[in-house]
Amino acid sequence: MLHKFVDIITSLKLTIVCLAAGMALIFAGTLAQVHLGIHEAQQRYFQSMFVWWPPEGRGFRIPIFPGGHLIGAVLLINLIAAHLKRFRWSWRKLGIHLTHAGLIIMLAGGLFTDLFAVESHMQLANGDAKNYSEDMRQTELAVIDTSGDDLDQVTAIPDTVLRPNRVIDHWSLPFRIAVRNFYQNSRLRMLSQAGEGARPIANQGSGAMIAVEPVTRATASDERDVPSAAIEILPKDGGSLGTWLVSDSLGAPQTFGCGGRTWMIALRPARYYKPYSVTLQKFTHEKYAGTEIPKDFSSKVTLIDPERSVNRDVLIYMNHPLRYRGETFYQAGFQKDDSATILQVVHNPSFIAPYVACVIVAAGLLVQFGFHLVGFSRQRRRAIA
Amino acid sequence: MKRLLPWIILGVAAACIATSWLPSKVAKEDFDFSKVGEIPVLVGGRMKPLDTVARNSLLIIHGKQELRLEDSRRLSAMQWLADALFNASVADQYPVFVVQNADVLGLFGWQQSDRKYFSFAEFTPFLKQIDEQAAQSDKLEAVQRSAYQSAILNLRNGLSLYQRLKNSIQPEGAENFTAELQGFASSVPGAAKAARQRAMGENFDKVKLDDIAQMIKRYERLSDMAYVLAVPPIEPNGEWHSVGNSLLRSVAIGEIDPAVIEYAIVGDAYRANDRPLFNQNVEVMTDWFSKEQPNTMKRASFEFLFNRVQPFSQSMALYVLAFLLACASWLGSSSILRRSAFYVLLLALAIHTFGLVSRMYLQERPPVTNLYSSAIFIGWGAVIVALILERIFRDGIGAACAGAIGFVTLIIAHHLAGSGDTLEMLQAVLDTNIWLATHVVAITTGYSAMFLAGMLAIIYIVRGVFTTSLKKQTADSLARMTYGVVCFATLFSFVGTVLGGIWADQSWGRFWGWDPKENGAVLIVLWCAITLHARWGGFIRQRGLMIMALFGNIVTSFSWFGVNMLGVGLHSYGFMQKAFPWLVGFMLSQLALMCVAALPLERWRSFRTVNAPARGQTPQVSPAPSPG
Repeated sequence: MLHKFVDIITSLKLTIVCLAAGMALIFAGTLAQVHLGIHEAQQRYFQSMFVWWPPEGRGFRIPIFPGGHLIGAVLLINLIAAHLKRFRWSWRKLGIHLTHAGLIIMLAGGLFTDLFAVESHMQLANGDAKNYSEDMRQTELAVIDTSGDDLDQVTAIPDTVLRPNRVIDHWSLPFRIAVRNFYQNSRLRMLSQAGEGARPIANQGSGAMIAVEPVTRATASDERDVPSAAIEILPKDGGSLGTWLVSDSLGAPQTFGCGGRTWMIALRPARYYKPYSVTLQKFTHEKYAGTEIPKDFSSKVTLIDPERSVNRDVLIYMNHPLRYRGETFYQAGFQKDDSATILQVVHNPSFIAPYVACVIVAAGLLVQFGFHLVGFSRQRRRAIA
Repeated sequence: MKRLLPWIILGVAAACIATSWLPSKVAKEDFDFSKVGEIPVLVGGRMKPLDTVARNSLLIIHGKQELRLEDSRRLSAMQWLADALFNASVADQYPVFVVQNADVLGLFGWQQSDRKYFSFAEFTPFLKQIDEQAAQSDKLEAVQRSAYQSAILNLRNGLSLYQRLKNSIQPEGAENFTAELQGFASSVPGAAKAARQRAMGENFDKVKLDDIAQMIKRYERLSDMAYVLAVPPIEPNGEWHSVGNSLLRSVAIGEIDPAVIEYAIVGDAYRANDRPLFNQNVEVMTDWFSKEQPNTMKRASFEFLFNRVQPFSQSMALYVLAFLLACASWLGSSSILRRSAFYVLLLALAIHTFGLVSRMYLQERPPVTNLYSSAIFIGWGAVIVALILERIFRDGIGAACAGAIGFVTLIIAHHLAGSGDTLEMLQAVLDTNIWLATHVVAITTGYSAMFLAGMLAIIYIVRGVFTTSLKKQTADSLARMTYGVVCFATLFSFVGTVLGGIWADQSWGRFWGWDPKENGAVLIVLWCAITLHARWGGFIRQRGLMIMALFGNIVTSFSWFGVNMLGVGLHSYGFMQKAFPWLVGFMLSQLALMCVAALPLERWRSFRTVNAPARGQTPQVSPAPSPG
């Protein structure tokens, strides 16, 4: 039994099946991007164990195809197992060994990146300084205690917890938060413009004058969802302070008092704080003369890190990121009127893996096909002679 | 005599080509359009000769680089542009705008007929309507537009390009622009004085100020409309300006740029049909460039030559000839035709290379910068590899492949050129020669090899199934070639894909983003890996290899074109609705061939004969290495 299992797991047929399944998956996933958007298709097809049908949220679902993680893992196991079982050193096989060793590094690195890399954005207007970057998709409910003299105390609640009828009870807060409504993507309108029958979902703060319409989730890569929620504040000593509307598209945080302190609440993009700050000096957007074709974007920023006594100016531009303390800042975009720059901030501990893997695999393929070529030309010469 | 025949064929082909390289003579008393065509201007951020502007604009508006009038008179692109720039009322009557969509015609109350070209004058009453309709469809993504919406938008874009051209050198409809400029120049100082007086609160001459205010308004409009930046900088690295903008600047500078005046004289001479004056002043301009900015002029002249020679059309014709010669060589046993094909291919490749290198010189870039140039490069790479195969195997197969792929890729390139300037400036993110030279070249070389393998498979199958010419030896060499080419494709596709990942890591911070184009590239790598592993594991033999190579054609064409049509992601430059049926047709044809190849070997005409290897004994191509 075990013998048979080992045979299967190390077999070349399994390799081919995995590769073919990978092709089918990538093809289907690529077509799915048209409707789902790149991010959603990536989640469903490539970063999953199975592709499910019908899509989530209909009560039941059936796995119809292995997902990217499953295929990748099986391929990795197959690759390693086959080599363990059949590995015999010989110069003739140098190329094959190198190629596959490189592929193992690449697949493992890919898995690592999937698990540990964090991508976020930092949007800066000229003169702005920030010591945090913001997640592109995740939002958080920030509850801020502003009564401290110098420092605000922030309690951040991830949006995955914000589901209708959940009650959030955190030790640092003198109240509980009951979620009344939650919309993954929504559009806000003033009640006066929303037409007949529109009702607010909150009775406190600015939310009492706003109607919330649920919208289908954003798929284009340059759009993001606008999550909104209605939350009721329930002091721990009883009673209710009313219901507030929190939304990513409401600008300023809303304020209320509870337990003798002043609190602010806001639903905002999840933040990653850094031990240093970045200040935008100037954003430049050049176009080719007489056209709208972008020629160059660049952001001149000042990097200030008191811990390491760093205070210097850096120019971030296309294909020339800033790498600092394990994070990399890329020129990713800009606000439409050039009023602000958008930097992509990436933390990826295994970014070096593909570089190493590429060199090894390329060397392996060269050696392997080089052997073929030499063998072939010898044969030809003999045939001609 | 027989020995000389290949050389004679080559000589005749070369002589035909050579005639188009010689400059055409212009009669002294005619407008010297080729001289005008060499004048450098700045359009789309790139310095180019007027001839290029003419050809690209006519291509966008008319779909061709030449205009045939109703009285069957032919106008070159430059002749048409000269009319548009200097003599708009005549150019307005030319039937240049293509409209085939019945709904668009219906909008104007016209019935669809044989006529598909219309003049600007015919559209004049409907301009506002066209603008409104186009604005509506402009709001949609290209993928969502209906045929009508795309057509009306195309028409609007063509009309607006034409209107901008008309206002590039002089205000449309100016009768005597030289005199107008003189008047402007003489009234500027007085007006400046009046303006100063007004600013100081003194008495000032209101008439003078109003006069010039009207002129300034006229030139502001001209500056807004201009498509061509025609006024060169005084310093070689300075800024180019449009005529309108230059005139506005001259108010502050105090004098009109001499280039503006030159253009005005040329334009007035053109309208007055004064050919000597026209030619003389055009020469003054080109002489000025040669003296003051020799580099600019050299490039412009070279691009003009490049436009005139059309190297890719020439090599296209030669590729067809070579393909036919190579196919014919399989019918007889003598090597004359095969050698002729080989020589013709060398000539075709030389011209193809000239075109490719010229583009690199003009653009100062590695060879592949857009879809058009990828087609040129894929053909070029495949032809070289195929010629090496021909040199080794000497059986006409490499030559046939080279001819077929060279021709087809250049045809594809020809159709991709319709969107205008193929030497366009690059978006900021692509502005890096290192990655363009490595990642893009490796990927496209991989495409070349995949298509070559596919072509070899087509030859194997067509000759095997439909003819008796596929002898065992030929079949073996074909299988060897295909195998080798697939190995080559694997190497380049893999390296190219990973380099692309590294580029993405350098510029966006992620090695892999599941962008459709990235997925397309990895599909090719996976398919190569499957093919090679199946071959090494003994799951497939000759015929299997061929069928898989054919499927490689499908995978590669999806990766090259298919993913661009999805309109998603960072690589979705150039959405091409028109190419879609062709792509699907190509894929279906490959599938059909795969089915043909799947016929039992007894049905293959070549294998029905005595020397047919039976199914079980299909020869092994080379000692199969273990799969590792």
